[in-house]
Amino acid sequence: MKILVPVKRVVDYNVKVRVKADASGVDIANVKMSMNPFDEIAVEEAVRLKEAGVATEVIAVSCGVAQCQETLRTAMAIGADRGILVQTDEELQPLAVAKLLKTLVEKEGPQLVILGKQAIDDDANQTGQMLAALLNLPQATFASKVAIADGKATVTREIDGGLETLSMSLPAIVTTDLRLNEPRYATLPNIMKAKKKPLETVTPADLGVDVAPRLKTLKVEEPPKRSAGIKVADVAELVAKLKNEAKVI
Amino acid sequence: MPILVIAEHDNASIKAGTLNTLAAAQAIGGDIDLLVVGSGCGAAAEAGAKIAGVSKVRVADAAHYADGGAENVAALVAANAAGYSHILAAASTFGKNVLPRVAAQLDVAQISDIIGVESADTFRRPIYAGNAIATVQSADAVKVITVRTTGFDAVAETGGSASVEAIDAAADTGLTTLVGRELTKSERPELGAAGIVVSGGRGLGNGENYHSLLEPLADKLGAALGASRAAVDAGYVPNDYQVGQTGKIVAPQLYVAIGISGAIQHLAGMKDSKVIVAINKDEEAPIFQVADYGLVADLFEAVPALTQALG
Repeated sequence: MKILVPVKRVVDYNVKVRVKADASGVDIANVKMSMNPFDEIAVEEAVRLKEAGVATEVIAVSCGVAQCQETLRTAMAIGADRGILVQTDEELQPLAVAKLLKTLVEKEGPQLVILGKQAIDDDANQTGQMLAALLNLPQATFASKVAIADGKATVTREIDGGLETLSMSLPAIVTTDLRLNEPRYATLPNIMKAKKKPLETVTPADLGVDVAPRLKTLKVEEPPKRSAGIKVADVAELVAKLKNEAKVI
Repeated sequence: MPILVIAEHDNASIKAGTLNTLAAAQAIGGDIDLLVVGSGCGAAAEAGAKIAGVSKVRVADAAHYADGGAENVAALVAANAAGYSHILAAASTFGKNVLPRVAAQLDVAQISDIIGVESADTFRRPIYAGNAIATVQSADAVKVITVRTTGFDAVAETGGSASVEAIDAAADTGLTTLVGRELTKSERPELGAAGIVVSGGRGLGNGENYHSLLEPLADKLGAALGASRAAVDAGYVPNDYQVGQTGKIVAPQLYVAIGISGAIQHLAGMKDSKVIVAINKDEEAPIFQVADYGLVADLFEAVPALTQALG
Protein backbone atom coordinates (compact mmCIF):
# COMPACT_ATOMS: atom_id res chain seq x y z
CA MET A 1 0.00 0.00 0.00
CA LYS A 2 0.98 3.60 -0.58
CA ILE A 3 1.23 6.24 2.12
CA LEU A 4 0.88 9.93 1.32
CA VAL A 5 2.62 12.37 3.66
CA PRO A 6 1.99 16.10 3.28
CA VAL A 7 4.86 18.27 4.56
CA LYS A 8 4.92 22.02 5.17
CA ARG A 9 7.82 24.43 4.97
CA VAL A 10 7.73 26.66 8.05
CA VAL A 11 9.96 28.97 10.07
CA ASP A 12 12.32 26.76 12.08
CA TYR A 13 11.03 26.01 15.56
CA ASN A 14 14.09 27.58 17.18
CA VAL A 15 13.53 30.97 15.56
CA LYS A 16 11.70 33.64 17.54
CA VAL A 17 9.76 35.46 14.84
CA ARG A 18 9.44 39.25 14.64
CA VAL A 19 6.33 41.10 13.64
CA LYS A 20 6.83 43.48 10.70
CA ALA A 21 6.70 47.19 11.48
CA ASP A 22 3.73 47.73 9.16
CA ALA A 23 1.77 44.98 10.99
CA SER A 24 1.26 43.08 7.72
CA GLY A 25 2.69 39.83 9.02
CA VAL A 26 5.81 38.30 10.52
CA ASP A 27 9.19 38.86 8.96
CA ILE A 28 10.39 35.62 7.37
CA ALA A 29 13.05 37.14 5.09
CA ASN A 30 16.44 35.58 5.83
CA VAL A 31 14.97 33.36 8.53
CA LYS A 32 15.85 29.68 8.74
CA MET A 33 13.08 27.53 7.27
CA SER A 34 12.56 23.83 8.09
CA MET A 35 10.04 21.07 7.79
CA ASN A 36 7.19 21.47 10.27
CA PRO A 37 8.23 19.22 13.22
CA PHE A 38 4.91 17.34 13.32
CA ASP A 39 5.32 16.56 9.60
CA GLU A 40 8.78 15.14 10.26
CA ILE A 41 7.13 12.76 12.71
CA ALA A 42 4.61 11.89 9.97
CA VAL A 43 7.37 11.13 7.45
CA GLU A 44 9.24 9.04 10.02
CA GLU A 45 6.11 7.01 10.80
CA ALA A 46 5.43 6.37 7.12
CA VAL A 47 9.04 5.32 6.50
CA ARG A 48 8.92 2.96 9.52
CA LEU A 49 5.75 1.37 8.10
CA LYS A 50 7.59 0.86 4.82
CA GLU A 51 10.62 -0.61 6.61
CA ALA A 52 8.27 -2.95 8.48
CA GLY A 53 6.92 -4.20 5.16
CA VAL A 54 3.46 -2.71 5.71
CA ALA A 55 3.77 0.03 3.10
CA THR A 56 5.28 -0.25 -0.37
CA GLU A 57 5.73 3.41 -1.24
CA VAL A 58 5.89 6.71 0.64
CA ILE A 59 4.96 9.82 -1.32
CA ALA A 60 5.72 13.24 0.16
CA VAL A 61 3.64 16.23 -0.93
CA SER A 62 4.22 19.88 -0.26
CA CYS A 63 2.05 22.83 -1.25
CA GLY A 64 3.55 26.31 -1.61
CA VAL A 65 6.46 28.23 -3.08
CA ALA A 66 9.27 26.74 -5.20
CA GLN A 67 11.54 26.43 -2.13
CA CYS A 68 9.21 23.73 -0.74
CA GLN A 69 11.31 21.45 -2.95
CA GLU A 70 13.90 21.57 -0.16
CA THR A 71 11.29 20.34 2.31
CA LEU A 72 10.44 17.50 -0.05
CA ARG A 73 14.14 16.63 -0.40
CA THR A 74 14.33 16.47 3.41
CA ALA A 75 11.37 14.07 3.43
CA MET A 76 13.08 11.95 0.78
CA ALA A 77 16.32 11.98 2.78
CA ILE A 78 14.39 10.52 5.73
CA GLY A 79 13.11 7.82 3.36
CA ALA A 80 10.16 8.99 1.24
CA ASP A 81 10.36 7.50 -2.26
CA ARG A 82 9.25 10.48 -4.30
CA GLY A 83 7.85 13.97 -3.99
CA ILE A 84 5.05 16.05 -5.44
CA LEU A 85 5.19 19.84 -5.22
CA VAL A 86 1.97 21.75 -5.73
CA GLN A 87 3.62 25.02 -6.58
CA THR A 88 2.03 28.41 -6.04
CA ASP A 89 3.01 31.80 -4.66
CA GLU A 90 -0.54 32.35 -3.36
CA GLU A 91 -1.20 32.25 0.37
CA LEU A 92 -2.58 28.78 1.10
CA GLN A 93 -5.05 28.28 3.93
CA PRO A 94 -5.92 24.86 5.41
CA LEU A 95 -9.15 24.36 3.44
CA ALA A 96 -7.32 25.04 0.16
CA VAL A 97 -4.51 22.64 1.10
CA ALA A 98 -7.07 19.97 2.04
CA LYS A 99 -8.71 20.38 -1.38
CA LEU A 100 -5.35 20.07 -3.16
CA LEU A 101 -4.52 16.95 -1.14
CA LYS A 102 -7.93 15.46 -1.92
CA THR A 103 -7.20 15.55 -5.65
CA LEU A 104 -3.82 13.89 -5.06
CA VAL A 105 -5.35 11.20 -2.86
CA GLU A 106 -7.88 10.46 -5.59
CA LYS A 107 -5.07 10.25 -8.15
CA GLU A 108 -2.55 8.23 -6.11
CA GLY A 109 -4.95 6.06 -4.13
CA PRO A 110 -2.98 5.81 -0.84
CA GLN A 111 -4.44 3.65 1.94
CA LEU A 112 -3.10 6.00 4.58
CA VAL A 113 -2.43 9.73 4.72
CA ILE A 114 -0.29 10.78 7.67
CA LEU A 115 -0.14 14.52 8.43
CA GLY A 116 1.28 16.64 11.21
CA LYS A 117 -1.51 17.60 13.62
CA GLN A 118 -0.62 21.26 13.40
CA ALA A 119 1.87 23.56 11.67
CA ILE A 120 3.90 25.66 14.06
CA ASP A 121 3.44 28.85 12.02
CA ASP A 122 -0.34 29.33 11.76
CA ASP A 123 -1.08 26.88 14.60
CA ALA A 124 -4.35 26.03 12.82
CA ASN A 125 -4.66 22.26 13.44
CA GLN A 126 -7.20 21.75 10.64
CA THR A 127 -5.83 20.22 7.44
CA GLY A 128 -6.03 16.51 8.34
CA GLN A 129 -9.56 16.75 9.69
CA MET A 130 -10.64 18.75 6.63
CA LEU A 131 -9.08 16.24 4.25
CA ALA A 132 -10.87 13.41 6.06
CA ALA A 133 -14.17 15.28 5.72
CA LEU A 134 -13.70 16.03 2.02
CA LEU A 135 -12.92 12.37 1.32
CA ASN A 136 -15.53 11.09 3.79
CA LEU A 137 -12.85 8.95 5.44
CA PRO A 138 -12.25 8.04 9.08
CA GLN A 139 -9.81 10.25 10.99
CA ALA A 140 -7.48 9.60 13.91
CA THR A 141 -6.01 12.89 15.07
CA PHE A 142 -3.21 13.49 17.61
CA ALA A 143 -1.86 9.95 17.24
CA SER A 144 0.73 8.56 19.64
CA LYS A 145 0.66 5.01 18.26
CA VAL A 146 -0.32 3.59 14.88
CA ALA A 147 -0.70 -0.12 14.04
CA ILE A 148 -1.81 -1.42 10.65
CA ALA A 149 -3.10 -4.95 10.19
CA ASP A 150 -5.74 -6.73 8.07
CA GLY A 151 -6.86 -3.58 6.26
CA LYS A 152 -7.46 -1.77 9.52
CA ALA A 153 -5.68 0.95 11.44
CA THR A 154 -5.62 0.89 15.23
CA VAL A 155 -4.59 4.30 16.48
CA THR A 156 -3.98 5.56 20.02
CA ARG A 157 -4.78 9.26 20.36
CA GLU A 158 -3.67 11.84 22.91
CA ILE A 159 -6.82 13.48 24.28
CA ASP A 160 -7.40 15.98 27.09
CA GLY A 161 -8.11 13.36 29.72
CA GLY A 162 -5.46 10.82 28.67
CA LEU A 163 -5.45 8.37 25.78
CA GLU A 164 -8.06 6.73 23.57
CA THR A 165 -7.70 3.99 20.99
CA LEU A 166 -9.74 3.88 17.79
CA SER A 167 -10.07 1.22 15.14
CA MET A 168 -10.94 2.06 11.53
CA SER A 169 -10.90 0.58 8.07
CA LEU A 170 -8.39 1.81 5.52
CA PRO A 171 -8.09 4.16 3.79
CA ALA A 172 -7.83 6.52 6.74
CA ILE A 173 -6.37 9.87 7.76
CA VAL A 174 -3.97 10.08 10.71
CA THR A 175 -2.47 13.20 12.27
CA THR A 176 0.62 12.97 14.45
CA ASP A 177 1.26 14.07 18.00
CA LEU A 178 4.68 14.49 19.61
CA ARG A 179 4.97 11.06 21.19
CA LEU A 180 4.36 9.02 18.02
CA ASN A 181 8.07 8.60 17.30
CA GLU A 182 11.40 10.37 17.35
CA PRO A 183 12.38 11.22 13.76
CA ARG A 184 15.81 10.07 12.62
CA TYR A 185 18.50 12.42 11.40
CA ALA A 186 19.01 12.16 7.67
CA THR A 187 22.47 10.80 6.93
CA LEU A 188 24.70 12.38 4.29
CA PRO A 189 24.45 9.40 1.89
CA ASN A 190 20.67 9.54 2.20
CA ILE A 191 20.67 13.30 1.60
CA MET A 192 22.70 12.69 -1.57
CA LYS A 193 20.40 9.87 -2.63
CA ALA A 194 17.34 12.07 -2.06
CA LYS A 195 18.58 14.49 -4.69
CA LYS A 196 18.11 11.82 -7.33
CA LYS A 197 14.62 10.75 -6.30
CA PRO A 198 11.74 11.83 -8.57
CA LEU A 199 10.07 15.15 -7.79
CA GLU A 200 7.04 16.14 -9.81
CA THR A 201 5.70 19.70 -9.90
CA VAL A 202 2.06 20.59 -10.53
CA THR A 203 0.00 23.74 -9.95
CA PRO A 204 -3.36 24.23 -8.24
CA ALA A 205 -4.79 25.01 -11.69
CA ASP A 206 -3.55 21.64 -12.99
CA LEU A 207 -5.47 20.01 -10.14
CA GLY A 208 -8.54 22.19 -10.79
CA VAL A 209 -8.61 23.62 -7.27
CA ASP A 210 -9.56 27.19 -6.36
CA VAL A 211 -7.13 28.12 -3.56
CA ALA A 212 -8.34 31.68 -2.97
CA PRO A 213 -8.00 32.49 0.76
CA ARG A 214 -11.22 32.62 2.77
CA LEU A 215 -9.76 34.55 5.67
CA LYS A 216 -8.21 37.96 5.30
CA THR A 217 -5.47 38.91 7.73
CA LEU A 218 -6.11 42.53 8.67
CA LYS A 219 -3.08 42.93 10.90
CA VAL A 220 -0.46 41.05 12.87
CA GLU A 221 0.79 42.51 16.14
CA GLU A 222 3.20 41.74 18.94
CA PRO A 223 1.49 40.18 21.94
CA PRO A 224 1.44 42.26 25.11
CA LYS A 225 4.87 41.98 26.65
CA ARG A 226 5.24 40.34 29.98
CA SER A 227 8.03 41.99 31.90
CA ALA A 228 10.36 40.02 34.09
CA GLY A 229 9.62 40.40 37.78
CA ILE A 230 12.03 40.14 40.65
CA LYS A 231 14.32 37.49 42.04
CA VAL A 232 13.59 36.49 45.59
CA ALA A 233 16.39 35.45 47.93
CA ASP A 234 14.76 32.43 49.53
CA VAL A 235 11.59 30.45 50.11
CA ALA A 236 10.50 32.66 53.01
CA GLU A 237 10.61 35.77 50.86
CA LEU A 238 8.75 33.95 48.07
CA VAL A 239 5.94 32.91 50.41
CA ALA A 240 5.72 36.43 51.85
CA LYS A 241 5.47 37.97 48.37
CA LEU A 242 2.80 35.52 47.25
CA LYS A 243 0.77 36.17 50.40
CA ASN A 244 1.16 39.91 50.82
CA GLU A 245 2.04 41.36 47.43
CA ALA A 246 0.47 39.09 44.81
CA LYS A 247 -2.21 37.86 47.25
CA VAL A 248 -2.63 34.61 45.33
CA ILE A 249 -2.26 32.19 48.25
CA MET B 1 -29.06 34.84 13.12
CA PRO B 2 -28.41 32.72 16.21
CA ILE B 3 -25.08 31.16 17.21
CA LEU B 4 -24.60 27.45 17.79
CA VAL B 5 -22.22 26.37 20.56
CA ILE B 6 -21.25 22.71 20.74
CA ALA B 7 -21.17 21.57 24.36
CA GLU B 8 -18.50 19.32 25.77
CA HIS B 9 -19.90 17.10 28.48
CA ASP B 10 -19.69 13.78 30.30
CA ASN B 11 -23.44 13.06 29.95
CA ALA B 12 -24.07 14.33 33.49
CA SER B 13 -22.56 17.82 33.43
CA ILE B 14 -21.18 20.42 31.05
CA LYS B 15 -17.39 20.87 31.03
CA ALA B 16 -15.89 24.15 32.15
CA GLY B 17 -14.47 25.07 28.73
CA THR B 18 -17.98 25.31 27.32
CA LEU B 19 -18.69 28.20 29.72
CA ASN B 20 -15.77 30.16 28.25
CA THR B 21 -16.93 29.29 24.73
CA LEU B 22 -20.39 30.65 25.57
CA ALA B 23 -18.71 33.87 26.71
CA ALA B 24 -17.06 34.17 23.27
CA ALA B 25 -20.49 33.62 21.68
CA GLN B 26 -21.91 36.41 23.86
CA ALA B 27 -19.12 38.72 22.72
CA ILE B 28 -20.18 38.06 19.11
CA GLY B 29 -23.81 38.78 20.07
CA GLY B 30 -27.14 37.18 19.23
CA ASP B 31 -29.23 34.30 20.53
CA ILE B 32 -27.21 31.26 21.56
CA ASP B 33 -28.25 27.65 21.07
CA LEU B 34 -26.29 24.96 22.89
CA LEU B 35 -25.96 21.61 21.14
CA VAL B 36 -25.58 18.58 23.40
CA VAL B 37 -24.63 15.44 21.48
CA GLY B 38 -24.28 12.16 23.33
CA SER B 39 -25.87 8.95 24.46
CA GLY B 40 -27.95 9.15 27.61
CA CYS B 41 -27.03 12.81 27.94
CA GLY B 42 -30.32 14.14 29.31
CA ALA B 43 -28.74 15.33 32.56
CA ALA B 44 -26.09 17.26 30.65
CA ALA B 45 -28.82 18.90 28.57
CA GLU B 46 -30.67 19.90 31.76
CA ALA B 47 -27.44 21.35 33.15
CA GLY B 48 -26.93 23.23 29.89
CA ALA B 49 -30.38 24.78 30.12
CA LYS B 50 -29.43 26.39 33.45
CA ILE B 51 -26.35 28.16 32.06
CA ALA B 52 -26.72 31.93 31.86
CA GLY B 53 -27.22 33.26 28.34
CA VAL B 54 -28.33 30.06 26.61
CA SER B 55 -31.61 30.52 24.67
CA LYS B 56 -32.21 26.96 23.65
CA VAL B 57 -30.61 23.58 24.25
CA ARG B 58 -30.79 21.17 21.33
CA VAL B 59 -30.14 17.53 22.21
CA ALA B 60 -29.20 14.69 19.90
CA ASP B 61 -29.25 11.50 21.95
CA ALA B 62 -28.28 8.29 20.19
CA ALA B 63 -26.09 5.26 20.82
CA HIS B 64 -23.65 6.18 18.06
CA TYR B 65 -22.82 9.46 19.81
CA ALA B 66 -21.60 7.70 22.97
CA ASP B 67 -17.93 8.02 22.05
CA GLY B 68 -18.06 11.59 20.77
CA GLY B 69 -16.36 10.51 17.55
CA ALA B 70 -15.51 13.31 15.12
CA GLU B 71 -17.14 11.67 12.12
CA ASN B 72 -20.60 11.28 13.68
CA VAL B 73 -20.60 14.54 15.64
CA ALA B 74 -19.43 16.55 12.62
CA ALA B 75 -22.09 14.98 10.40
CA LEU B 76 -24.77 15.97 12.90
CA VAL B 77 -23.48 19.54 13.29
CA ALA B 78 -23.19 20.02 9.52
CA ALA B 79 -26.74 18.74 9.05
CA ASN B 80 -28.02 21.27 11.59
CA ALA B 81 -25.85 24.22 10.55
CA ALA B 82 -28.46 25.97 8.41
CA GLY B 83 -29.75 29.16 10.00
CA TYR B 84 -26.71 29.79 12.20
CA SER B 85 -24.25 32.64 11.65
CA HIS B 86 -21.53 31.09 13.82
CA ILE B 87 -20.66 27.61 15.10
CA LEU B 88 -18.35 27.53 18.11
CA ALA B 89 -16.59 24.94 20.24
CA ALA B 90 -13.78 25.08 22.77
CA ALA B 91 -10.29 24.53 21.34
CA SER B 92 -9.99 21.30 23.35
CA THR B 93 -8.92 18.02 21.80
CA PHE B 94 -12.66 17.40 21.26
CA GLY B 95 -13.33 20.72 19.53
CA LYS B 96 -10.13 20.58 17.49
CA ASN B 97 -11.04 17.09 16.31
CA VAL B 98 -14.60 17.88 15.29
CA LEU B 99 -14.85 21.46 14.03
CA PRO B 100 -12.43 21.41 11.06
CA ARG B 101 -14.42 18.44 9.81
CA VAL B 102 -17.60 20.50 10.12
CA ALA B 103 -16.01 23.48 8.35
CA ALA B 104 -14.84 21.37 5.40
CA GLN B 105 -18.27 19.76 5.08
CA LEU B 106 -19.77 23.26 4.90
CA ASP B 107 -16.98 24.44 2.54
CA VAL B 108 -15.94 27.27 4.87
CA ALA B 109 -12.71 28.18 6.64
CA GLN B 110 -12.24 27.46 10.31
CA ILE B 111 -10.91 30.16 12.57
CA SER B 112 -8.78 28.39 15.19
CA ASP B 113 -8.20 29.27 18.80
CA ILE B 114 -9.65 32.79 18.97
CA ILE B 115 -8.73 34.94 21.98
CA GLY B 116 -10.76 38.03 21.07
CA VAL B 117 -13.84 39.15 19.15
CA GLU B 118 -13.50 42.43 17.23
CA SER B 119 -16.84 42.16 15.43
CA ALA B 120 -19.15 39.45 14.12
CA ASP B 121 -16.71 38.61 11.31
CA THR B 122 -13.35 39.68 12.76
CA PHE B 123 -11.39 37.81 15.41
CA ARG B 124 -8.01 37.83 17.12
CA ARG B 125 -5.94 34.68 17.31
CA PRO B 126 -2.38 33.78 18.30
CA ILE B 127 0.03 32.44 15.69
CA TYR B 128 3.68 31.31 15.95
CA ALA B 129 3.23 29.92 19.46
CA GLY B 130 1.68 33.19 20.60
CA ASN B 131 4.63 35.29 19.46
CA ALA B 132 2.28 37.20 17.18
CA ILE B 133 -1.43 37.97 17.31
CA ALA B 134 -3.30 38.02 14.00
CA THR B 135 -6.57 39.83 13.42
CA VAL B 136 -8.49 37.92 10.76
CA GLN B 137 -11.71 38.61 8.91
CA SER B 138 -13.94 35.90 7.47
CA ALA B 139 -16.14 36.38 4.42
CA ASP B 140 -17.75 32.94 4.76
CA ALA B 141 -21.49 32.67 5.31
CA VAL B 142 -21.00 30.60 8.47
CA LYS B 143 -18.08 31.28 10.79
CA VAL B 144 -16.77 28.05 12.27
CA ILE B 145 -14.62 28.88 15.27
CA THR B 146 -12.67 27.18 18.04
CA VAL B 147 -12.23 29.24 21.19
CA ARG B 148 -9.14 29.41 23.38
CA THR B 149 -10.85 29.15 26.73
CA THR B 150 -8.29 31.25 28.59
CA GLY B 151 -9.20 34.18 26.33
CA PHE B 152 -12.73 34.57 27.73
CA ASP B 153 -14.10 34.69 31.29
CA ALA B 154 -16.61 31.89 31.88
CA VAL B 155 -20.33 32.69 31.93
CA ALA B 156 -22.29 31.75 35.06
CA GLU B 157 -23.17 28.08 35.31
CA THR B 158 -26.61 28.94 36.64
CA GLY B 159 -29.26 31.61 36.23
CA GLY B 160 -30.56 30.56 32.82
CA SER B 161 -33.77 28.79 31.93
CA ALA B 162 -33.43 27.68 28.34
CA SER B 163 -35.87 25.40 26.61
CA VAL B 164 -34.69 21.89 25.76
CA GLU B 165 -35.52 20.46 22.37
CA ALA B 166 -34.67 17.01 21.02
CA ILE B 167 -33.37 16.85 17.47
CA ASP B 168 -33.03 13.88 15.15
CA ALA B 169 -29.75 12.02 15.11
CA ALA B 170 -27.90 11.87 11.81
CA ALA B 171 -27.22 8.44 10.30
CA ASP B 172 -24.34 6.52 11.89
CA THR B 173 -21.29 6.95 9.64
CA GLY B 174 -19.78 3.76 11.05
CA LEU B 175 -16.30 5.05 10.20
CA THR B 176 -14.51 4.50 13.50
CA THR B 177 -14.90 2.24 16.53
CA LEU B 178 -13.68 3.12 20.01
CA VAL B 179 -11.46 0.31 21.31
CA GLY B 180 -10.80 1.81 24.70
CA ARG B 181 -9.81 4.79 26.81
CA GLU B 182 -7.10 5.17 29.37
CA LEU B 183 -8.04 8.25 31.30
CA THR B 184 -5.89 9.78 33.99
CA LYS B 185 -7.73 9.59 37.29
CA SER B 186 -7.14 12.48 39.61
CA GLU B 187 -8.78 14.15 42.57
CA ARG B 188 -7.08 17.39 41.62
CA PRO B 189 -8.66 20.30 39.76
CA GLU B 190 -8.72 20.06 35.96
CA LEU B 191 -5.51 21.48 34.52
CA GLY B 192 -7.24 23.76 32.02
CA ALA B 193 -9.54 25.33 34.61
CA ALA B 194 -7.46 25.31 37.83
CA GLY B 195 -6.77 28.46 39.81
CA ILE B 196 -3.28 27.29 40.71
CA VAL B 197 -1.00 25.07 38.64
CA VAL B 198 2.21 23.43 39.83
CA SER B 199 4.25 22.37 36.84
CA GLY B 200 7.47 20.37 36.59
CA GLY B 201 10.17 19.92 34.00
CA ARG B 202 13.30 18.02 33.24
CA GLY B 203 15.07 19.54 36.24
CA LEU B 204 13.20 17.03 38.41
CA GLY B 205 15.30 14.25 36.93
CA ASN B 206 12.74 11.44 36.96
CA GLY B 207 9.09 10.59 37.50
CA GLU B 208 9.61 9.54 41.09
CA ASN B 209 11.02 12.95 42.00
CA TYR B 210 8.19 14.63 40.11
CA HIS B 211 5.59 12.85 42.21
CA SER B 212 7.37 12.94 45.57
CA LEU B 213 8.23 16.65 45.33
CA LEU B 214 5.34 18.21 43.44
CA GLU B 215 2.35 16.28 44.76
CA PRO B 216 2.71 17.45 48.39
CA LEU B 217 3.10 21.03 47.16
CA ALA B 218 0.06 20.73 44.87
CA ASP B 219 -1.92 19.26 47.78
CA LYS B 220 -1.08 22.23 49.98
CA LEU B 221 -2.06 24.70 47.29
CA GLY B 222 -5.10 22.81 45.99
CA ALA B 223 -3.37 22.98 42.63
CA ALA B 224 -3.54 21.05 39.38
CA LEU B 225 -0.36 19.41 38.16
CA GLY B 226 1.25 20.22 34.83
CA ALA B 227 4.50 19.50 33.03
CA SER B 228 6.80 20.64 30.27
CA ARG B 229 7.10 18.64 27.08
CA ALA B 230 10.51 17.39 28.19
CA ALA B 231 8.99 15.86 31.33
CA VAL B 232 6.21 14.18 29.34
CA ASP B 233 8.58 12.88 26.64
CA ALA B 234 10.82 11.46 29.35
CA GLY B 235 7.82 9.62 30.78
CA TYR B 236 7.63 11.36 34.18
CA VAL B 237 3.89 11.96 33.66
CA PRO B 238 1.19 11.16 31.05
CA ASN B 239 0.61 13.30 27.92
CA ASP B 240 -2.41 15.10 29.32
CA TYR B 241 -0.14 16.96 31.79
CA GLN B 242 1.63 18.84 29.00
CA VAL B 243 1.40 22.62 29.03
CA GLY B 244 2.49 24.41 25.86
CA GLN B 245 1.90 25.42 22.26
CA THR B 246 0.58 22.03 21.29
CA GLY B 247 -0.50 20.81 24.71
CA LYS B 248 -2.82 22.55 27.14
CA ILE B 249 -3.06 26.32 27.32
CA VAL B 250 -3.51 27.50 30.89
CA ALA B 251 -3.92 30.90 32.54
CA PRO B 252 -4.33 30.30 36.26
CA GLN B 253 -4.04 32.88 39.03
CA LEU B 254 -0.74 31.29 40.02
CA TYR B 255 1.60 29.15 37.91
CA VAL B 256 4.56 27.59 39.68
CA ALA B 257 7.23 26.37 37.23
CA ILE B 258 9.69 24.00 38.86
CA GLY B 259 12.79 22.82 37.02
CA ILE B 260 11.40 24.15 33.74
CA SER B 261 13.83 26.10 31.56
CA GLY B 262 11.09 27.90 29.60
CA ALA B 263 11.33 27.07 25.88
CA ILE B 264 9.09 29.32 23.78
CA GLN B 265 6.81 26.36 23.12
CA HIS B 266 6.23 26.02 26.89
CA LEU B 267 5.82 29.76 27.47
CA ALA B 268 3.12 29.75 24.76
CA GLY B 269 1.01 27.60 27.06
CA MET B 270 1.28 29.57 30.31
CA LYS B 271 2.45 33.14 29.80
CA ASP B 272 -1.03 34.57 30.31
CA SER B 273 -1.06 33.30 33.91
CA LYS B 274 -1.69 36.10 36.41
CA VAL B 275 1.31 35.38 38.62
CA ILE B 276 4.23 33.20 37.56
CA VAL B 277 6.75 31.72 39.99
CA ALA B 278 9.87 30.01 38.69
CA ILE B 279 12.23 27.84 40.70
CA ASN B 280 15.33 26.84 38.77
CA LYS B 281 18.99 26.52 39.62
CA ASP B 282 20.07 28.08 36.30
CA GLU B 283 19.72 31.83 36.69
CA GLU B 284 19.99 32.26 32.91
CA ALA B 285 16.91 30.06 32.27
CA PRO B 286 14.44 31.87 29.97
CA ILE B 287 11.60 31.10 32.37
CA PHE B 288 12.89 33.93 34.58
CA GLN B 289 12.15 36.42 31.79
CA VAL B 290 8.43 35.90 32.30
CA ALA B 291 8.38 35.06 36.01
CA ASP B 292 7.00 37.59 38.50
CA TYR B 293 8.96 35.90 41.26
CA GLY B 294 12.07 33.95 40.45
CA LEU B 295 13.98 31.82 42.92
CA VAL B 296 17.40 30.66 41.82
CA ALA B 297 17.85 27.56 43.93
CA ASP B 298 18.24 23.81 43.96
CA LEU B 299 14.67 22.62 43.60
CA PHE B 300 15.38 19.52 45.70
CA GLU B 301 15.82 21.84 48.69
CA ALA B 302 13.52 24.68 47.72
CA VAL B 303 10.39 22.69 46.91
CA PRO B 304 10.18 20.75 50.21
CA ALA B 305 10.94 24.02 52.03
CA LEU B 306 8.12 25.76 50.15
CA THR B 307 5.70 22.93 50.93
CA GLN B 308 6.74 23.16 54.59
CA ALA B 309 6.40 26.95 54.67
CA LEU B 310 2.86 26.79 53.38
CA GLY B 311 1.93 25.03 56.64
